[in-house]
Amino acid sequence: MDQNSITINGHVYQFRPGQTILDVAQENNIDIPNLCHLKGTRATGACRVCIVELEESWGKKLVSSCSSPAKNGMIVHTESPKIVEYRRFYIGLMLDSGNHNCDIGASADESWTDFQIKAMENEQKEELCPVWGDCELQALAYRYQVKGRVSGRHREPVKVPIEKDNPFIIRDMSRCILCGRCVAACNELQVNQAIDYGFRGTNEKIVAGTGNTLMTSSCVFCGECVQVCPVGALIPTKAFRDDRFVPTSTVRTTCSFCGVGCQMDVHVQNNKIVKIDGADRNLPPNNGMLCVKGRYGFEFVGAPDRLTTPLIKKDGKQVPASWDEALDLVAEKLTQIKEKHGSDAMGVLTSARATNEDNYIAQKFTRAVLKTNNIDHCARL
Amino acid sequence: MTNTIADIETSDLILVAGSNTTENHPVLSTFMKRAALKGKKLVVIDPRFVKLANNATRWLRPNPGTDIAWINGLMHVIIKEDLHDKTFIADRTENFDALKEVVASYTPERVEEITGIAAQDIIEVAREFAKAPAASICYCMGITQHTCGTDNVKSLANLSMLCGHLGKPGGGVNPLRGQNNVQGACDMGGLPNVFTAYQAVTDEDIRKKYETAWNVLDIPAKPGLPVTEMIEKAHDGELKSLYIMGENPMVSDPDLHHSEKAFSNLEFLVVQDIFETETTALADVVFPACSWGEKDGTFANTERRVQRVRKAVEPPEGARLDWEILCEIAKRMGYDMTYENSHEIYKEICAVTPSYRGITWERIEKVGIPWPCPDESHPGTPILHTTQFTRGKGRFHAIEHQPPAEQTDADYPYVLTTGRVLYHYHTRTMTSRTEGLNVLSPECFVEISHNDARKLGLGTGDVVNVSSRRGRISAKLKVSYQAVDGTIFMPFHFAQAAANRLTNAKLDPVAKIPELKVCAINIEPAA
Repeated sequence: MDQNSITINGHVYQFRPGQTILDVAQENNIDIPNLCHLKGTRATGACRVCIVELEESWGKKLVSSCSSPAKNGMIVHTESPKIVEYRRFYIGLMLDSGNHNCDIGASADESWTDFQIKAMENEQKEELCPVWGDCELQALAYRYQVKGRVSGRHREPVKVPIEKDNPFIIRDMSRCILCGRCVAACNELQVNQAIDYGFRGTNEKIVAGTGNTLMTSSCVFCGECVQVCPVGALIPTKAFRDDRFVPTSTVRTTCSFCGVGCQMDVHVQNNKIVKIDGADRNLPPNNGMLCVKGRYGFEFVGAPDRLTTPLIKKDGKQVPASWDEALDLVAEKLTQIKEKHGSDAMGVLTSARATNEDNYIAQKFTRAVLKTNNIDHCARL
Repeated sequence: MTNTIADIETSDLILVAGSNTTENHPVLSTFMKRAALKGKKLVVIDPRFVKLANNATRWLRPNPGTDIAWINGLMHVIIKEDLHDKTFIADRTENFDALKEVVASYTPERVEEITGIAAQDIIEVAREFAKAPAASICYCMGITQHTCGTDNVKSLANLSMLCGHLGKPGGGVNPLRGQNNVQGACDMGGLPNVFTAYQAVTDEDIRKKYETAWNVLDIPAKPGLPVTEMIEKAHDGELKSLYIMGENPMVSDPDLHHSEKAFSNLEFLVVQDIFETETTALADVVFPACSWGEKDGTFANTERRVQRVRKAVEPPEGARLDWEILCEIAKRMGYDMTYENSHEIYKEICAVTPSYRGITWERIEKVGIPWPCPDESHPGTPILHTTQFTRGKGRFHAIEHQPPAEQTDADYPYVLTTGRVLYHYHTRTMTSRTEGLNVLSPECFVEISHNDARKLGLGTGDVVNVSSRRGRISAKLKVSYQAVDGTIFMPFHFAQAAANRLTNAKLDPVAKIPELKVCAINIEPAA
């Protein structure tokens, strides 16, 4: 047999030493569901959903694919009946563990309408799960047709006060499945060390700082935890609230703030930016990460006080003018100054904020039309 | 940057000088912090205990404006202890003897006297830096915004060459560029002395090439004025008109009183922007421009990677693209500049820009490519200077310490250094539109050490008057462990309490960068 080859669902694949079974599967577009794996961080094996079955020669056992290294000759099954059975159990436990009040979750034996009515009647009416339809746990529950209550005993929905005292991130720990992605993202990717596991046993939960809110911790609101949260425990305050069923388009672009040039996915509804995520985890320069400005500082684009009409100063006061009027005036004045005082009496400041194409045109305009090299920008400031 | 951002994480030692990385380049700082987590050495050298110092293996604290001294001090120790890379020096560099002669007098003891950094720290960092298999130097405006900014940068290049840390993975001299496309604006010839890709305007062949490409005659050979000198000439009445595209110098420039006079003195000021700003307020004509989210094009990031910018939304009715506006004016001045779209402009850029020639939009559809990239089969250049430097051999520059232009005295006993905070961007025209960012960083503050605050009998939240020889502003005091006795920090973002009313417009003679990082101030309780 070849060196470093592994059989997954009957097909042979090559791997590089150090890769996990999950890495090899993902590289070859084999979908192994998982809720805690996060590229670039240590495997925790917390959710157990990524379990796979090894064939007899390998001990015939179930292992979590995210934390098991691929070994030569391994024979792996990712969707065997046994795996599916276990997966359903684990997903069910997670549905039971918290306030997963979608139609398939904790209220599985009621119809969706009944559930909605009930939810509207109690104090959680504003808190119908905000990620309904965009939840990895819910998606898996559908995929494996899990209805919750697998543990055979009815548990009261976990009630934890919702944390809303910061401007960007809503934390609803009643929906947390303790997958630990947010902890890994905060400590191992962004290294802001604002959140961690707290308490023990069944009391275990994710805590910010010394156990209070994000506002009192070292959190810098990069929102990485929100981006990686598979459920509705961490959600952006602004995005996808009332409008989450409105058609959304996504545009890959480069961030407009600092010089790092993070790649980002901009989500647009009705010609309005509603949310920004970091792009692909494999994509330089930012490997999917963003900072607070890049992720949340987009509201300038659709701001109501944008300039929309040219202004011309008349009698010391700026008044609205038509485009033609303003353009003609500028062309006329610049021509006059050029003739009267010479080209070097004119200057242009181009912009480190604008595109290469804008800047190229600005220097072409300066050199070819104004005929001066008096062009600069605020690189020094 | 000579190296890539990802490369930083592979360094054995990262020396960060004059950069508040976690606040100004947050995502880039994660590469440094992760390296430190993995046990790599992270040395932060900054007058403030910036947040990154929490993650560092060492924090060295120089007095503001004494960078050449500590860099020479490191080199003194490295040469004295015979830790320099003799092969690299022999094969790749020249003028080593002159450097050796100058740094000979920078003993750790003398350096301690100038910089305040303990002699022992200089010795230990020198050893660590020289012995690291690959050491990366990252620096920012704390190095450049000085009257000796150019010499500061050359000194860092000396240090890197001395140990052979250039031209290899995990090494390099890496300036962290502050604005999304400041690299691109430079690449595109938005500078007074060069066309695109740094082709000199004084070179006749280059001018000929452009005259042919643009179908014009008489492109001037004389280099133009940098922005700082344009302001001077405007003040003196020699510069008559200024066309500003998307900048707000009335908050970002040093010594704003002076700038304000200069701008008011112009015969004709045109400003193109997306919002009304302190600068548009002075303009004779204001054009409404499209914003980032409404544009197609490219940016070049700090690692020289050319990446796509894509239009996400339609612009508000009435706003136009920056390049369209300029083309319209050109047409009205008798020169036909017509483009179908920004892609057509980009193709023209590639035709006249050797380092961009191989970077087509098709190739960077998914992943950006770092220039130079001379042709379409070239993969791009993540690491510069791998076999030789741009000029051939790397030249050592023998540089002496120079004190800042302004010194403290009895009337102005504190040093002011300025910078940014995480939650805002430059003059806040963009970030102030997101309410949450204003909540997290609502106003200007005067960061002061516990000792200094105690001496003044003041605490956090007390309003103080801060004055320099050029101006006076009021803001609230913020007592912080990040401040060191005698040095005050203020962000320059806030127009209401603009730190740049205080700063010194004294320039570096070569780069014409103002000394925004050091000026003398006084603090008094507001009446």
